[in-house]
Amino acid sequence: MTGRRAVEKSTTPTPASGSTKRAPQGRRTRRTAGLEEEPEFIQLLTPTGERIDHPDYPLELSDEEARSLYRDMVLVRRVDAEGTALQRQGELGLWASLLGQEAAQIGSGRALRADDFAFPTYREHGVAWCKGVSPVNLLGMFRGVNNGGWDPFENNFNLYTIVIGSQTLHAVGYAMGVQRDGGDSAVIAYFGDGASSQGDVLEAFVFGASYNAPVVFFCQNNQWAISEPTSRQFRVPLYKRAAGFGFPGVRVDGNDVFACLAVTRAALEHARSGQGPMLIEAFTYRMGAHTTSDDPTRYRSSDEVESWRAKDPIVRLRAYLDREGRADDVFYKSVDDEADRLAAEIRSGCLALPDPDPLSMFEHSYADEHAQVTEERAFLAEYLAGFSEELS
Amino acid sequence: MTQLTLAKAINAGLRRAMEQDPKVLLMGEDIGKLGGVFRVTDGLQKDFGDDRVIDTPLAESGIIGTALGLALRGFRPVCEIQFDGFVFPAFDQITTQVAKFRARSAGTVRMPMVIRIPSGGGIGAVEHHSESPEALFAHTAGLRVVSCSNPVDGYWMIQQAIRSDDPVIFFEPKRRYWEKAEVEVDGQAPRPFDRAAVVRPGTDLTLAAHGPMVRTCLDAANAAESEGRSIEVVDLRTISPLDVDTVAGSVGRTGRLVVVHEAPVFFGLGAELAAKVTERCFYRLEAPVLRVGGFHAPYPPSRVEEIYLPDLDRVLDAVDRAFAF
Repeated sequence: MTGRRAVEKSTTPTPASGSTKRAPQGRRTRRTAGLEEEPEFIQLLTPTGERIDHPDYPLELSDEEARSLYRDMVLVRRVDAEGTALQRQGELGLWASLLGQEAAQIGSGRALRADDFAFPTYREHGVAWCKGVSPVNLLGMFRGVNNGGWDPFENNFNLYTIVIGSQTLHAVGYAMGVQRDGGDSAVIAYFGDGASSQGDVLEAFVFGASYNAPVVFFCQNNQWAISEPTSRQFRVPLYKRAAGFGFPGVRVDGNDVFACLAVTRAALEHARSGQGPMLIEAFTYRMGAHTTSDDPTRYRSSDEVESWRAKDPIVRLRAYLDREGRADDVFYKSVDDEADRLAAEIRSGCLALPDPDPLSMFEHSYADEHAQVTEERAFLAEYLAGFSEELS
Repeated sequence: MTQLTLAKAINAGLRRAMEQDPKVLLMGEDIGKLGGVFRVTDGLQKDFGDDRVIDTPLAESGIIGTALGLALRGFRPVCEIQFDGFVFPAFDQITTQVAKFRARSAGTVRMPMVIRIPSGGGIGAVEHHSESPEALFAHTAGLRVVSCSNPVDGYWMIQQAIRSDDPVIFFEPKRRYWEKAEVEVDGQAPRPFDRAAVVRPGTDLTLAAHGPMVRTCLDAANAAESEGRSIEVVDLRTISPLDVDTVAGSVGRTGRLVVVHEAPVFFGLGAELAAKVTERCFYRLEAPVLRVGGFHAPYPPSRVEEIYLPDLDRVLDAVDRAFAF
């Protein structure tokens, strides 16, 4: 068994056909086609939980390791559900859901060593979990109490980056620093299918290749950039772009946590051993909205969403664990209980996040005193103090 | 004392910073073997190697974005943007990422990065090679913006910028690259890099300028002296922060202020300085603060740039108007 499988036709863009054909409304042809061929990807675990081997990506996991991937995915799904609930209840201004992308994030995140540095977008709650960032700290920027929320050096996990694609260049620069310092740490840059159109991402590919930097470009192709389908971003499969930049690209079943783990490990090893960058396209699906401000029913069909639900990463791993007898009900119950406790901690932690002192906005914009900041902070402090005198 | 051109002085400053701190790296287009299109980095790759003097791909956003990553890793990158007009592809990285990083991290991350930009006109260049974008950067919190006008400041200010833990936009007046001065290359910097300097004392009017216009203002002050007017010249040196104390102190003595810069007057440095000085010196002012600068027009073809750029006559015209008020 090769492990390279086509995903079902209903979920992928149809092959390019007569590009001059007019749509019924007589508008110019919409380029919905795009992909040259049916997607193929590395898969080690089928949607029904059947384990298959791939010659290039062997993976041996103990029962404990296999169960722990299940635990991670269940817990981060629960973190995510709590984030959505907190937003709906007005406790967060916004939440960006990872629902459906648990395998891509846990698989790649668990491939990282502690000294590997990760550069996330704003949706990598699962990778943050793997790197040891407290889920409560992820909530700060969404609640509006800070613009960061954790020390990036504590867990080698950068702050979330909202401007699309910017962090890929930061990752390459960091990797260039690793090269100069020596050692065999690697760097991973997360981005999405939408970001693949950003100049910064393409410049990151150029710089990464030019300097042979120890960086893995990990694209979660979740099929949608808010309302824009992947056919708007690329006309050839994304992973194939890597060849044009001079490094390997590979597509992995992004809903298969085993494949994501094995392929990311291989790519990190590739980087560590001085062979330079590698691009991984994790073919997955954003089951939820882009963020809590989005309404995906305006642009995609429920049939499409349902077809992806059948490929759920957690259901698939549980089917495998059951099939192989590697986990029992006691285990599942313990994970569910842990998820309940985690959710409660997140909720109470969120509500306990203090609002920032208004004057703190001035505190850290410069390392050294800056006269404009000094003047304005003094003005605001005096202005605000005037109100407290009125009250007293 | 060594006689150095501005370009050589900055080169010497870069060399000294690299000798003193192995974390200092230079990045940019053509800065290695070629030594930069203005030769400011001449010879540095030969002496420090291509790991520390890095020729980059031709992508300004890529230069600044990767420099940010290097700064995160503990390096102190000094980036050269080849010409002022080419900084805009990097504007996003500079304003949304570099400027905010320290604040976003609540001070846990330092962002010691210098972005050197040869700027301004007067060299007969083609489009996009003569811009003065300082106001665009000064408007962004988190950045320091400085501008050197002479070899002494070029030598010392580049070292101070590199030593700063804040990101610094470092403007170099390209038309002054070949002007010479005696530079004391040992010892300490004569003054902090976030302070202006009175470079010519006077009693009747203050001319405030930075970078390429300081020389022009000194020439204007000398010309005015023959007409019996005593003009003080302030070299602003730093644009963010703006050293209002020094300018207001000068205006307190003279009662008149004319601000001169190559950048367009509209929404420019002169407007900010006029507002601040008016607040501080309202009762001392004998005339409104006047501004001399570029026009609200795209930078013109080089055959007419001398009409667009402030020169001695335009500065003296404003001086006349200030006295006539």
